[in-house]
Amino acid sequence: MRIDCPLCGTRDRREFYYSGHATALARPAPDAGAEVWDDYLHNRENPAGVTEDLWHHEFGCGAWLAVRRDTVSHAVLSARLVKGDQL
Amino acid sequence: MRFSALKVLTQGLTGNRGWRAHWRDPEPAEAYDIVIIGGGGHGLSTAYYLAKEHGLRRIAVLEKGYIGGGNIGRNTTIVRANYFLPGNSEFYSHSLKLWEGLEADLNYNVMHSQRGQIGLFHSDGQRDAAIRRANSIRNQGDDAELLSVAQLRRMVPYLDYDQGRFPIYGGLLQRRAGTARHDAVAWGYARGADQLGVNLIQNCEVTGIDIVQGVVQGVQTSRGPIRSKKVAMVVAGRSSQVAAMAGMRLPIESHVLQAFVTEGLKPCIDHVISFGMGHFYISQSDKGGLVFGGDLDMYASYAARGNLPMVEHVAEAGMTLMPMIGKARMLRSWGGIMDMTPDGSPIIDKTHIEGLYLNAGWCYGGFKAVPASGHCFAHLLATDRPHSAAARFRLDRFRSGRGLMDEEGTGAQHNLH
Repeated sequence: MRIDCPLCGTRDRREFYYSGHATALARPAPDAGAEVWDDYLHNRENPAGVTEDLWHHEFGCGAWLAVRRDTVSHAVLSARLVKGDQL
Repeated sequence: MRFSALKVLTQGLTGNRGWRAHWRDPEPAEAYDIVIIGGGGHGLSTAYYLAKEHGLRRIAVLEKGYIGGGNIGRNTTIVRANYFLPGNSEFYSHSLKLWEGLEADLNYNVMHSQRGQIGLFHSDGQRDAAIRRANSIRNQGDDAELLSVAQLRRMVPYLDYDQGRFPIYGGLLQRRAGTARHDAVAWGYARGADQLGVNLIQNCEVTGIDIVQGVVQGVQTSRGPIRSKKVAMVVAGRSSQVAAMAGMRLPIESHVLQAFVTEGLKPCIDHVISFGMGHFYISQSDKGGLVFGGDLDMYASYAARGNLPMVEHVAEAGMTLMPMIGKARMLRSWGGIMDMTPDGSPIIDKTHIEGLYLNAGWCYGGFKAVPASGHCFAHLLATDRPHSAAARFRLDRFRSGRGLMDEEGTGAQHNLH
């Protein structure tokens, strides 16, 4: 599996640390309530198909990427930079 | 048809023409008392114990593929009860006891082999942790022995004891742990359930779950609708898709875990050996192949195959531990879909929908759990009360934070188990 880093180009999966579904970008407000926070922290759509998850290019430029890819075929569709304050 | 030594002998002498199919292939009925979604190891054992222990007969197991075609037929076959935390400890203890009586119970040779499992440690700190774990296992009533390096060298002389990175300080041995023939476990439970009247319906994919005002009415399938007041979801890696049919989001991410087999070799590895620091474990099948695996590939996947970096990592770890296996040729590898929970422990519970039950989250440890998972889930389905051995496998533990079972101590968070 290779990921297209917007800064470094196409790089091997070994250079990246995986951090789970990009749900982390939609952090609820502190007072959103226990149910919303439980859903955010634990529950996942877990799609068989196209998903978006977070990858850290730790052995490259150090950027955080939101990567769209297919969990069934392992095809990597696109990757975009994510701002640090979104995480 | 019961199996016996005499039967095997007479069949062998008469051309093996008298064997019959191990289970029927019935058409689905319009209604059942309990519908089990998923004909894997856990679904089959659930059906078997529902029929055997609770006397229920109108049970269907719906399998979208064929019996034995999922993770139950593709795993590294390890059976052990060496968990540390309350919740897991009593459950796997219960499971190992069921394993020990399984062949007699099912009248089926599942080739359960209590060859012993050795978990290695590599520092004083890890030795302390191993002693603590051993005490916990013995408190549960199971067996655990601490092995010194000298004892270990006599048992498994082929390890690289003095390697610079992970010198071996000793091992934690559980003699009652071992392996079993994975396919035979599926076949044995399927045959046992079928003989007790359970309908095993293959090539039957569930496409919807009928719910009216919060109460389950039945399921829609590729072979027509089936009514039932109780529906049990036991679909491992596909749990999120099936639960979504009931409008539920589960605390599960599906990941890929790879495993590997070499060509058949003469007997050389007598035990199950776990090299935790290298994420590597190995045993030798009765056919002679070395069966080994490592850690998750560590990204969400339904591909049922992994990537090369983990193949490389596992091979390196194996070579670090036992350089002799470098001479063996790898025959095949495969990837299974693992239903990972945030704390790495499973779920056997009711859902908020009346009549809908969930058995999921087995992470990469579902095989050894097959007997107890079915036994405890059957108890929950039949009586609506949790079995004492699985009472802590609650779905709401993540929301409440109460009763989390995080064996690795990494925190109850996705992507850390």
